[in-house]
Amino acid sequence: MSSRHLAVFLWYHPWRATSAMFGFLYRRLLYMIPTVFLISVVTFVIIQLPPGDYLDTLAAELSDSGGLDEGTMQALRDQYGLGQPMYVQYLKWMSQILFHGNFGISFEKNIPVNDIIWDKLGWTFAISLMTLLFIWMTALPIGIYSAVRKYSAGDYIATFFGFIGLAVPNFLLALVMMYVAFKYFGQSVGGLVSPQYLGEPWTFDKFLDLLAHIWMPIVVVGTSGAAALIRIMRANLLDELYRPYVVTARAKGMSEFQLLLKYPVRVALNPFVSTIGWILPTLVSGEIIVAVVMNLPTTGPLLLRALLVQDMYLAGSLILLVSILTVIGTLVSDLLLAWIDPRIRYQ
Amino acid sequence: MPQIRMHTEPDQTSHTVQPLVEIRGLKTHFFTDDGVVKAVEGVDLDIHANRTHCILGESGCGKSIMARSILRIVDAPGKIVEGSIIYRPGDGRSVDLAKMRPGSRDLREIRGQDIAMIFQEPMSSLGPITKVGKQIVETIHLHRRVSKAEAKEQAIELLDKVGIPRPSERFEAYPFELSGGMRQRAMIAMALSCRPRLLIADEPTTALDVTTQAQILDLIAELKEELEMGVLLITHDLGVVAEVAEDVSVTYMGKVVEKGDVFSIFEDPRHPYTQALMQSVPKLGMEKRHRLPAIKGMVPHPLARPSGCAFRTRCSQAMAGVCDKDEPGLLKSGKTDVACFLYQEETASV
Repeated sequence: MSSRHLAVFLWYHPWRATSAMFGFLYRRLLYMIPTVFLISVVTFVIIQLPPGDYLDTLAAELSDSGGLDEGTMQALRDQYGLGQPMYVQYLKWMSQILFHGNFGISFEKNIPVNDIIWDKLGWTFAISLMTLLFIWMTALPIGIYSAVRKYSAGDYIATFFGFIGLAVPNFLLALVMMYVAFKYFGQSVGGLVSPQYLGEPWTFDKFLDLLAHIWMPIVVVGTSGAAALIRIMRANLLDELYRPYVVTARAKGMSEFQLLLKYPVRVALNPFVSTIGWILPTLVSGEIIVAVVMNLPTTGPLLLRALLVQDMYLAGSLILLVSILTVIGTLVSDLLLAWIDPRIRYQ
Repeated sequence: MPQIRMHTEPDQTSHTVQPLVEIRGLKTHFFTDDGVVKAVEGVDLDIHANRTHCILGESGCGKSIMARSILRIVDAPGKIVEGSIIYRPGDGRSVDLAKMRPGSRDLREIRGQDIAMIFQEPMSSLGPITKVGKQIVETIHLHRRVSKAEAKEQAIELLDKVGIPRPSERFEAYPFELSGGMRQRAMIAMALSCRPRLLIADEPTTALDVTTQAQILDLIAELKEELEMGVLLITHDLGVVAEVAEDVSVTYMGKVVEKGDVFSIFEDPRHPYTQALMQSVPKLGMEKRHRLPAIKGMVPHPLARPSGCAFRTRCSQAMAGVCDKDEPGLLKSGKTDVACFLYQEETASV
């Protein structure tokens, strides 16, 4: 079989669509490696930025309570490669993370970083996911409506609230909503559960209480994103609505609603999928103020605090994990994009 | 303005059967912010089963809007303001498409099933991210109660029929994986999926290269014979008309200025516009260094329609005091129907 025949065979192979998808996945996974490596280097540099090393800080902190004995100091020095060249320190730090899942110790609280972050990361992830759903569920129908009924009263109302949503700072929205919830609905504000449930085991009542609280940060964090996405959806759909293929679908005898969802909306959907990539970093870094104001158990306030007190292993771990989550989010959004838009996966 | 109607007597091509689609006094106007654009301004047209009717005209003269008016797919702000489009489904009934609500179920049942349409841009007329096969199956499911497997089988059969090689593989292809000619074939397959009685082809070959163009035209002609459907072909290309047309309507600024069967139009064009079109085609054996005659000027802006006969501003035989006063109606002259005052006295005196 000549190479030409082989090429033709591969091109028309029935599994071509699937293999194209796998090829795309494979390539995207490969691209992730240098990205994650660079992120880890930058994180390491950040950890190294404050003067002195970890043990100096530790020794200074513990000197009041008698200090550490020389044996422990030496053991820690070996573990982190302190005093050795930078690349050795980097490799030791990375191998601790990769092979032992050990992110180091938080100076401030003197407990392993692992004990602090996973809970917060879980909440961050959960709130991100719910915010994403909130953004999609509001932006998709409103965006479609705005485009299809361009310049109607509904479109103007959506545009008006969209611009307000974009313009009002999130922390202000958070404060106003908390005030209203407290004053008029008598709800306890701040945190994700009422005070009496704090530290309690999970029950159905606690879950209901959580639901009563969690919508607020979701709305606050999601509003600007939803407003932006409504505008994007409207513009994209307006681009597609008058394309010849829409006329074709109409000429086939499809109903307006059916053809709207099957053709132009599907093509205009790409920016929706892309939101997966940016919602996580927004929540982690951009919404720190909201998280502080609303007392959310997310990584934002933790990161802020860690940076303030130069708790570098904690800060570094957070930056590293959140960056990697973002990279994964981008990967997921890219894969979804390739799934809904075949033109992307064949490029 | 008085319109002289000639359609009380049978059409020149004298079919004993009634036409499939009978358009009378159709006016489609666009209500833009700058004024009313009269894209179609009083058109009469008969389309017969098993015949190809070509609408010939320069770009911007309302040909496409005329065709889209039949299926009621004119985009806003366009609207049919007057006239009737009588369609005879073949069961003795006749419906006026112009009176139906654009999104109504009755009209949607006619679209794609009785009257199908193919478009100028095969590149953008198929949904970009939906498999070709799925788009055909979807059309079948809209109008026929068949199982998924049956629909797929029919779609593959259709792809085969329109000359797409390896149809079962192409069934799974996306439009961007096909060439322009293949896409247009797929469009035709989709249009034919419910065996329409009328196929409207809006410049189906304009975006294709000449070889492909000929193949597509042949395909349409073959399928017309086989399915005994009427074809309304819109084109600005005289070569296309000469090749496939049986009836021809020459349009200028939303009006039919001359109509007749293809031989009469080519042998003895009467309207100065038709004559000018014929002269602007290069012929084999033409003298070298001979400048090809072109129609002087441009199509006037649709908002600045000349008074009287719309063509008078570009007409070499325009008569002052006559052509700018009244609009000529279509009258029989020689073998064709012509809307021109040059011939009106002789006919009127008969």
